[in-house]
Amino acid sequence: MPPEVLSAPLVVEFPFTRSTGPVLGAFLTGLRERVVLGVRATDGRVLCPPAEYDPVTAEELTDLVVLGQLGTVTTWAWNDHPRPYQPLDTPFAWVLVRLDGADTALLHALDAPRHTLRSGMRVAIRWAEERSGAITDIACFVPAPTASPTAPPTPDPEGPSA
Amino acid sequence: MTSVAELLAGIPELAGVEPVTRVTLPARLEYTYSPGTAQTRFLTALPDKRLLAERCPQCTRVYVPPRGACPTCGIATSEQLELPHTGTVTTFCIVNIAAKGLDVEVPYCYAYVLIDGAHVGLHARIGGIPYAEVHIGQRVEAVWNEAKLGPSLASISHFRPTGEPDADPESYRRWM
Repeated sequence: MPPEVLSAPLVVEFPFTRSTGPVLGAFLTGLRERVVLGVRATDGRVLCPPAEYDPVTAEELTDLVVLGQLGTVTTWAWNDHPRPYQPLDTPFAWVLVRLDGADTALLHALDAPRHTLRSGMRVAIRWAEERSGAITDIACFVPAPTASPTAPPTPDPEGPSA
Repeated sequence: MTSVAELLAGIPELAGVEPVTRVTLPARLEYTYSPGTAQTRFLTALPDKRLLAERCPQCTRVYVPPRGACPTCGIATSEQLELPHTGTVTTFCIVNIAAKGLDVEVPYCYAYVLIDGAHVGLHARIGGIPYAEVHIGQRVEAVWNEAKLGPSLASISHFRPTGEPDADPESYRRWM
């Protein structure tokens, strides 16, 4: 008779420390101070999260822009079974949020009932109580109060028409 | 290259605040590990200071820890046997960076010990001598961790030299 088969927890952890560089360092510093920064690319678009180098020309980017605290959901996916270390421990939506003033969207969590979700909905940042300079300084997004300003028009990447 | 402080200086809301320059982002995987029947037999024998192995019925190689199958022949290793606590260093490295949570002083030596009668090396720390004196062919014996005997390889604290002459290279050449 073979002995009962053993079983034990096994945790594999790599405690990576990364240097954040000037642009992401500024972005993370901003989050700690409740300010969200984007960076202006050479074609005039504002990228958030910011990129250190232009996605088209690869030029160094340094023109940081303070963004709004409200944004628009561009797309979402429902997460019915949150796992440990995810942003929320109750069912939530993974969302891409285009913050006011930005042209690209940021991945984060949205704490809202599933039936209220739609692309185009307005959301606001819920800041974490304790912030350290990490993406988790944004605890999650929540539906924007109904009296909030509506989304500004999406800028035309081709520039104003003549 | 522009520094983070220079970039922050241009933003009124953030001018002068302490800049973030580093983040610690642990990559963490949590498993429930089941070692299977063969390794379970091996592990449950360790508190009794016994090293159990298995032999392949076809190629006759002896595996420790046993995995229940021969990786060369692809068949079950049905024959069980017990090995002595002595072996030969077949390769080693000097570890200079302390792993998180490990209470061994660096530098230390980590080696493959070919247990007498086995055909694969067992990973183990070599202690009891200065790390610079560890060498291939050295004869070593297990030092059991009397305070922590349990179903884990931590039951073996380390291996130490036996003081015997080095092993004949022919005895381990094929199993390095």
